[in-house]
Amino acid sequence: MSTMIETKELRFTYPADEGGQPVYALRGVDLEIEKGSFVVVLGHNGSGKSTLAKTFNAVLLPAGGKVYVEGMDTLDESLLLAIRQRVGMVFQNPDNQIVANVVEEDVAFAPENLGVPTEEIRRKVDDALAAVGMSEFVTHAPHLLSGGQKQRIAIAGVIAMEPDCIVLDEATAMLDPIGRQEVLSTVHRLNKEKGITVILITHHMNEAEEADRVVVMDDGRVVMDGTPKEVFTQVEDLRAIGLTTPDTVDLLDRLRKDGLDVPLDALTVEECADAIARALAEN
Amino acid sequence: MLKDITLGQYFPGTTLAHKLDPRTKILLVVLYIIALFCAKGLVTYAIMALCLAVCVRISKVGLKALVRGLKPVLFIIIFTGVLNLFFTPGDRYLVEWGILRISDTGIRNAVFMVVRIMLLIMGTFLMTYTTSPISLTDGLEQLLNGLKKFRVPVHELAMMMSIALRFIPTLIEETDKIMSAQKARGADFESGNIIQKAKALIPILVPLFISAFRRADELATAMECRCYHGGEGRTKLHVLQYQRRDWVALGAGTVITVGVIVLGRFGL
Repeated sequence: MSTMIETKELRFTYPADEGGQPVYALRGVDLEIEKGSFVVVLGHNGSGKSTLAKTFNAVLLPAGGKVYVEGMDTLDESLLLAIRQRVGMVFQNPDNQIVANVVEEDVAFAPENLGVPTEEIRRKVDDALAAVGMSEFVTHAPHLLSGGQKQRIAIAGVIAMEPDCIVLDEATAMLDPIGRQEVLSTVHRLNKEKGITVILITHHMNEAEEADRVVVMDDGRVVMDGTPKEVFTQVEDLRAIGLTTPDTVDLLDRLRKDGLDVPLDALTVEECADAIARALAEN
Repeated sequence: MLKDITLGQYFPGTTLAHKLDPRTKILLVVLYIIALFCAKGLVTYAIMALCLAVCVRISKVGLKALVRGLKPVLFIIIFTGVLNLFFTPGDRYLVEWGILRISDTGIRNAVFMVVRIMLLIMGTFLMTYTTSPISLTDGLEQLLNGLKKFRVPVHELAMMMSIALRFIPTLIEETDKIMSAQKARGADFESGNIIQKAKALIPILVPLFISAFRRADELATAMECRCYHGGEGRTKLHVLQYQRRDWVALGAGTVITVGVIVLGRFGL
């Protein structure tokens, strides 16, 4: 598999407020994200995960080190549009990223910017709305939709550029559980059906269960990197950096401490229930 | 309560007046205004009133809604009427009452002036009633496109206008929330004199402005992420195209305007 995004010794610093200290948001991050993978980046507030996301499509430029998108250096200004077209970004607040008063006009915004011919824009808009399951809302006003629906429109607006990668920067943080589920199942489908690389930035542990890979950030560095099972079984390490484990792992961990012999790596509710049942049967 | 405010007072519909290209409608309103200011006498005013009546009839917009549009300018209408009535010098004075004198030309001028303002406002309102703010912006951008040569930032202005329109409902909702939050903490917006009421608005406006700036910042980033780089090389999902009905409407508008100007020259 080829590489979608690669960072090398990536550093980023926010300039100091008057009299304050500069904030070192990224202190040397080396990551390689494969094409077509589903990567979740976890971390508590201030761990640098959002900053990292913003360097992926040249919204923020590295202060040290490099970011390559499909081999293109984000510091090269002439490649800016090409990079942004390949890596789409969805932000936290759906209201602040919808540009137009009508759903179809909003989804058409990116292709319009890229100078796509009119007939083709139409096709891309219809395809993008179908991909997020919002086709029936073509002529609706975005401000009358629910949070989850708005966020799906925002995703459609990104898909319409036909990117190779979507970065969701805490895109589920402001949604209710139903809206969150809508958005998650949408991106999972896009990842499976269209092979779009998904990078999901979040602080909700259970959103990481079905990922191919979990990257945990703390204090501007990558501290853990692996499959969900590899990462979540390191219960003590996760707690040490202020992150909770998924409920299932937490339960299994406590059972183990009480002397029941259960494995730690049963992440989904079903797996967890099976593991406990098996352990109880053996007892 | 704030949610009831609709901007531009657009009444959706499918009549000929709605279907006309927004550029056509803007041009027709310009012609209408020119003609209105060239109207001099009973005949020309009658023609203008008839034109408006026909357009209103086609658009199926209720007369009530149009008259309602006059309310905010009622004061100006009365003021202009009164001024013209009392302070126009003429040959014959019907009433003399100190410095207040009503001449025959005064009555004529007052009546025509009031009718002119009313026709003017109703005509422009008819356009906003039958055209959505978005297509109005689109139309303006297309019409003013030629000004780009003179470095007028036409695209940027149109983009600003459409984003402003897009954020009105969002900001109204936000104002509602802030007001509720302040009320919950005992703020009082209803009582007191005008100055006290204005002061009570400060705790609403400050957070509203801060959040508007934050939104603007986020929106700009989101727009950049979607490859926005100004109007250059931009295409459109909906391209405005003149239809036959637009040419017919523009032709009719031009003929009537020229006619009114000519008749006005003869003082009719």
